[in-house]
Amino acid sequence: MILQLLAPAVLIGIATSGILLATPYLYAALGEMFGQISGVLNLGVEGIMLVAAFAAYYVVYSSGNLIAGLAVAIVVGALMGLLMAFISITLKAEQGISGIGVYLFGLGLSDLLFRVTIGTPTPVNGFPSLQIPFLSDLPVLGPVLFSQNILVYGAFLFVPFSWFALNKTTIGLKIRAVGQTPEAADSLGISVAGVRYLTVTFGGAMAGIAGASLSIALLNIFQQNLTSGLGFIAVALVYFGGWRPLRIMLGALLFSMVSALQLWIQTLGLGLPSDIAGMLPYVLTIIALIFAARQIVTQPTALTKPFERGE
Amino acid sequence: MIQSVELKNITKRFPGVLANDHINLRVNAGEIVALLGENGAGKSTLMKILYGMYRPDEGEICINDQAVTISSPNDALRQGIGMIHQHFQLVPGFTVVENVALGLKSSRGPLTDLDVVSRRMLELAKQYGLQVDPSAYVWQLAVGQQQRVEIIKALYRNASLLILDEPTAVLTPNEVDEFFNILRRLRENGHALIFISHKLQEVMAISDRVTVLRGGRVVGEVATRDTTKQELAQMMVGRQVITRWEKQAAQETEPILRVQNLTVLGDKNLPAVKNLSLHVCPGEILGIAGVSGNGQRELAEAIAGLRRATTGSITSEGREIANHSPAHIIHSNIAFIPEERMLMGVVREFSVAQNAILETHDQLPYSRYTFFNFSAVNQTAARLVNDFEVKTPSLETPIKVLSGGNIQKLILARELERAPRFLLAAQPTRGVDIGATEYIHRRLIEQRARGTAILLISEDLEEVIALSDRVAVMYEGEIVGVLPPTTPVEELGLYMAGAKRA
Repeated sequence: MILQLLAPAVLIGIATSGILLATPYLYAALGEMFGQISGVLNLGVEGIMLVAAFAAYYVVYSSGNLIAGLAVAIVVGALMGLLMAFISITLKAEQGISGIGVYLFGLGLSDLLFRVTIGTPTPVNGFPSLQIPFLSDLPVLGPVLFSQNILVYGAFLFVPFSWFALNKTTIGLKIRAVGQTPEAADSLGISVAGVRYLTVTFGGAMAGIAGASLSIALLNIFQQNLTSGLGFIAVALVYFGGWRPLRIMLGALLFSMVSALQLWIQTLGLGLPSDIAGMLPYVLTIIALIFAARQIVTQPTALTKPFERGE
Repeated sequence: MIQSVELKNITKRFPGVLANDHINLRVNAGEIVALLGENGAGKSTLMKILYGMYRPDEGEICINDQAVTISSPNDALRQGIGMIHQHFQLVPGFTVVENVALGLKSSRGPLTDLDVVSRRMLELAKQYGLQVDPSAYVWQLAVGQQQRVEIIKALYRNASLLILDEPTAVLTPNEVDEFFNILRRLRENGHALIFISHKLQEVMAISDRVTVLRGGRVVGEVATRDTTKQELAQMMVGRQVITRWEKQAAQETEPILRVQNLTVLGDKNLPAVKNLSLHVCPGEILGIAGVSGNGQRELAEAIAGLRRATTGSITSEGREIANHSPAHIIHSNIAFIPEERMLMGVVREFSVAQNAILETHDQLPYSRYTFFNFSAVNQTAARLVNDFEVKTPSLETPIKVLSGGNIQKLILARELERAPRFLLAAQPTRGVDIGATEYIHRRLIEQRARGTAILLISEDLEEVIALSDRVAVMYEGEIVGVLPPTTPVEELGLYMAGAKRA
């Protein structure tokens, strides 16, 4: 039974869909990472993804323009991020609670708009797969790595980009400083609120792409609660990855491979109840977080703490 | 380059407080001016105004005799004013060079130029004798080195006036000497320095002129060579201050407290107190000197029952108290003045009266069958407040609104009320002004005369020397020497730095 899963075709299938499914995790988690490193925990990622997924889907549904759909998702995501930034930075609300508020807002809003405008889930034509010349002809690697759609490539390029931005640029230095010792950054004339607004808004835009990747590139459909917890797993991935892009990518791949695996288990009819198989990614989240909790040393020390000038 | 900075008629009001009342202060290039005053005298407010963190209500700031507006730390930096804060403004998870580069314009636009910064930083370090490794992480550095990083940061930003806010509070005596050498070199190079302190000895040692603040006003301005410690203390407090205490020699008798081979783990689960032994006799003050973070806190917490002792024993009057509950220890005639006054000494939101009976509230006469006898509570509280000169608007006032000195007096009153045989006083005067410090010292000396054994843990070496019968120096969790209080400070400093042991 298990041997069926080890057939080359199945393994390639799992790897291909694993890489595909890692896309939303990567955008959402890496975007969230920037916010967290600067000291803001945005639990509203899931809600932002839902609203952006709907916005992208709606634009593509009504115009067929994929680029416009993606652009709208980015803008909507950024606006939702801005909302989260306003609540948590300017109003200094408790971040865990305000994030859940943003999530519930996004969940409700996306469902409402969907019902009012479209109503029944109707597939759209999403981003087609983009064959990279020559590379896509390689055996095994070709179909797995080089025959994906453009958002998938973008997600993986986002990993070195994030690393570079954090470690080699002046803004990266500021982001890290603000998340560790905002008082020190403030004393050097760095606007703590400004940096945090930037990262949280950017994280929102990235969550927007994550949402769009579901509705107009991977699943090509919208329905109520399309993301089904994916945004929360992305938040967990940031902890799991210890705020380091490469480790976050490894975590994202782990989750997406397990998700792909459970899809194949169901497809092959291996006799494992589908509910149990469907649980796998979530069980993995819990286990991963238990491990992550042990290596908390690298945590941005000012995470979830609103900044106020002393005395 | 700053030739002179002048604060003219600076006034700053906060709700209910006149923090700065028409203050004038001038500092010239190549000069160290000490700003001396007790807590709440207005030193910090004044410096925050100069550094652009507060806006003055009245008055102006002139640089090179030109009036300027400084409305943010950024403005201050642009004008050439740098500030070394008492609590270092460093990112511990960054390297030294990253800390220096933070917030600077990079020569490579959006990309960092750490190699360029590192090179220029090393030049500055060489010029001023500020040796520090650019690639070391700040959390790995000793406090003295972190302070050098702060100075380099300011110099890198071309600060020619440096404001030093209580810079020596965290240093060992030897580090202080080194630090003063750096300050002298800065002065020779034409920098202007404002040195904020309440330590008279250091003010006498390093400054050219002294401005004394009290109650938000300038009460004295003197050239350092024309004044004395006594005179400065008097200006600062407004009356004669006692710093030397007359006391009868202690008698070596059967100790009350005995600590033997004690090992205690710190917060990171590493031994913070290592195989430590000591004893305190009745009518004796044993002072523990040492730089902060050498296990003093863990030792105190272990004795108070707040931290587990891994091995060893602690006995009070012959009875084992190690790893007993704090309540048990409190009821064994042991009193504790904790280091973290606001966390462990009092309940911030509770009233003065409630805090006064915190440890005995469940006993007669304060309560019976769980019901409070409020008149008994208030009677005791009123007596303690009166006897210990605690300045409070009423017994019902939440304790958190009182000043540190008054809170500390109430804690002392509460602890001494139980007529303890052993008193553990951890940092009893930290953050407390000179007047209250003198009072607390007098009470400790009186308690000693009554035969209480006192273990005094303090980072203030002068305090340890002034009060103790014996001085035990703690370094990395061990007692590296027990010395008479007459030992020269320099020698004690060597013990504190771990360079010498008995």
